Amino acid sequence: MNTPGPTLLLRDVSKHFGAVAALRDGRLTLEPGSIHALVGENGAGKSTLIKIVAGVIQRDAGVFELEGRPVGFKTTAESKAAGIAVIYQEPTLFPDLSVTENVFMGRQPVGRLGRIDRAGMRSQVIELLDRLGVSIDPDRPAQGLSIADQQIIEIAKAISLDAKAVLMDEPTAALSGVEVDRLFAVARGLRDEGRALAFISHRFDEVFALCDTITVMRDGSYISTQPIAGTSAPEIVRLMVGRDVKELFPKVEAPIGQTRLKVEGLNSPGVFADIDFEVKAGEIVALAGLVGAGRSEVARAIFGVDPYTTGQVLVDGRPLTPGSPKAAIKAGIALVPEDRRQQGLVMEETIATNVTDVIRPKLTRGSLITRRRENAAAGVWAEALEVKCAALDAVAGTLSGGNQQKVVLAKWLASQPKILIIDEPTRGIDVGTKSEVHRRMSELAGQGIAILMISSELPEVLGMADRVLVMREGRLTAEFPRAQATPDAVMFAATHAKQEAA
Amino acid sequence: MNSLKLRLLKLLRARETSIFLAFLVVLAVTTAINPKFIFSLDGWRNLLVNPSILILLAIGEAFVIVTKSVDLSVGSIMGLTAFLVGSVYIAWPTMPPPLAFVIGVAFGCALGLVNGGLVAVAKVPGMVITLGTLYVFRGVNIMWAGNRRINASEMSPDFLALGNDQILSLPVLTIIALLVLLGAAWYLRNTRSGREFYAIGSAPAAAELYGLPTRRRMLAAFMVSGAMAGLGGVLFAARYGTVASDAGTGYELQAIGAAVIGGVAIVGGSGTVIGAALGALLLVTINSALPILGIQSFWQKAVVGALIIGSIILDRLLAQRQKRRLVSERMAP
Repeated sequence: MNTPGPTLLLRDVSKHFGAVAALRDGRLTLEPGSIHALVGENGAGKSTLIKIVAGVIQRDAGVFELEGRPVGFKTTAESKAAGIAVIYQEPTLFPDLSVTENVFMGRQPVGRLGRIDRAGMRSQVIELLDRLGVSIDPDRPAQGLSIADQQIIEIAKAISLDAKAVLMDEPTAALSGVEVDRLFAVARGLRDEGRALAFISHRFDEVFALCDTITVMRDGSYISTQPIAGTSAPEIVRLMVGRDVKELFPKVEAPIGQTRLKVEGLNSPGVFADIDFEVKAGEIVALAGLVGAGRSEVARAIFGVDPYTTGQVLVDGRPLTPGSPKAAIKAGIALVPEDRRQQGLVMEETIATNVTDVIRPKLTRGSLITRRRENAAAGVWAEALEVKCAALDAVAGTLSGGNQQKVVLAKWLASQPKILIIDEPTRGIDVGTKSEVHRRMSELAGQGIAILMISSELPEVLGMADRVLVMREGRLTAEFPRAQATPDAVMFAATHAKQEAA
Repeated sequence: MNSLKLRLLKLLRARETSIFLAFLVVLAVTTAINPKFIFSLDGWRNLLVNPSILILLAIGEAFVIVTKSVDLSVGSIMGLTAFLVGSVYIAWPTMPPPLAFVIGVAFGCALGLVNGGLVAVAKVPGMVITLGTLYVFRGVNIMWAGNRRINASEMSPDFLALGNDQILSLPVLTIIALLVLLGAAWYLRNTRSGREFYAIGSAPAAAELYGLPTRRRMLAAFMVSGAMAGLGGVLFAARYGTVASDAGTGYELQAIGAAVIGGVAIVGGSGTVIGAALGALLLVTINSALPILGIQSFWQKAVVGALIIGSIILDRLLAQRQKRRLVSERMAP
């Protein structure tokens, strides 16, 4: 029973996706009977590490041992069979199947002739849900369950697996206080049974309340591991943010003009509430916060893609028709979405076609469009942004992430917007191109465009913004002018419900 | 007592029950107009024999649709298998009938393996692959058969007798279809691998994360569908005695229609083979009832079409209602 040494050990683990290094030097040591926190900014490589342990993806190099034996899982079935349970950020259930079937899928108890023992399975699930302190009908389909309920079923799955190691990737992100307490009680119970747990969270109060050891990651690399007792939240934040963030960003001070975009009392039940802010000409306002705080949803509502129930959006003092992207474009708003591949580009089309997507009505003569006119219009913008590609007829899907982002930018700049909303401008882009994109944004602000930048990367927020707004769980929790926006303050506002200082 | 009541309620609400009731209504109305529809030796036999082949095809189709795919090639597989069985009989007139079944099922299964293999390897939706093999298999059949037609006189009388024999007033073909149906229903409901078809169709990405053998199950679904079409081909040869190169044309759409009418959701993840079989029963019975009711052939097709569209809309409405109910149930304390 007593296994000497750690349950799970990862050392010098690396993983590349194309040219991008998602993980350079991943390290994690899970001891039996311990709850280990894994923290880091978005993009630090935590989820990549978890996926390697789960067998969703395979490492390029490095040591990976389970109870002292070297392992390498090619499929999730292998990691499960070895006794590793992973709870992903988004629950992964089968909506058409019953709760009971969801817990046991793939390893149902069977009797004679391979017949599933339904009654046995059902009573086990009832027992499990009882132990977790929830009353969910075991026979109902998983469809329609709240995120919290779904998360509980994921945990029931992990427990029923009798896993040696349980890894939880932000399990509390969508849970309420009571639900979090319940989850923690369960986690402590698992720990006391001698299992090894890993817990990824952005909420420091939770990390300090639950875990005994903490590992910090940054930019795909291991930074430190230490007992939680000997450290403090400010120290962890410092380790997470690390570098001196201001120098990387070529922020140029621009003259700030009158208010361009004003958002008043915007509400959308269950998504965001009481959103009030304004962006002035020449100003870059960052909307910071954690993934899932509702920032993209606010942007989509302003642009008219998603509806809102109350409140209004004013452009240059004139109210904007809600729910109409067409009206938003006409009023001079441009939205560069977070997901370029899905929402920003037509991947199968040429660069020229993509760039002229928004301004096409202006290019047509009698509803017809010529490739020549299209290329001429696109060329100006592609050149201005130095999109590196052989020709304008190259297909967008073949470009690198950075160049794709530039094409999306070119597309919206071609419409000569007054207000630019840009969601995660540099996600998935290498460091060199990042500063390029940042320089362009600075220039645009200099030309008097009002920019609202949504970013989960703290250095980007602090380096680029004239003002920082912080959202947490659908609400604005803090606002800092550039001078007062420190990493600790922003991180604190993004992870804590109430902000005494602001 | 209470659980019995619950079960009864569940049974009453089931899609299968309402399809069966619809079948009974069609039966009653048609029989009232023309009693021979049931109350004659021929009527009784046709009522049971005619749907048997389509029931088999619908069972196979249900396997594929449950896993979120579709098999358009079953009609061609059935035709090709029927022709193969006939040809074997010409070469070996005294072949024992059980061997014909083995050959037909194995051949259909092999063609299903071709479908499933292409879908799994090429990672192309099943609809596209099987649209291709629909024409390929039919093309092979035409190339092989030409204008030739295999006649009853060329097959063994033992084999042809199967098409007409009855045991306890139940036609043999119907008994075969029923046994296969019960086996398939038991398998899909009670075994791990059976439930995995549903899981894969319900959420393919989640199935991948679960570590379910998604490729193997996809392959299996197409093989079952092929085997069912192969078995259908054997029954076709035994029942009709003549096989030409166009045998089974259009059966694929009837099989899909039967499954959909029977509550196998076209988006995958739900439905039963019992439902699909009842769908086939209803479809075939309506088709033979409409001429008796004096409805013109154009309207006969339209009625079948309306039935299919109606069931899809019904599915959609029921799914939405259920979703709302499930959400509100959970919201209430």
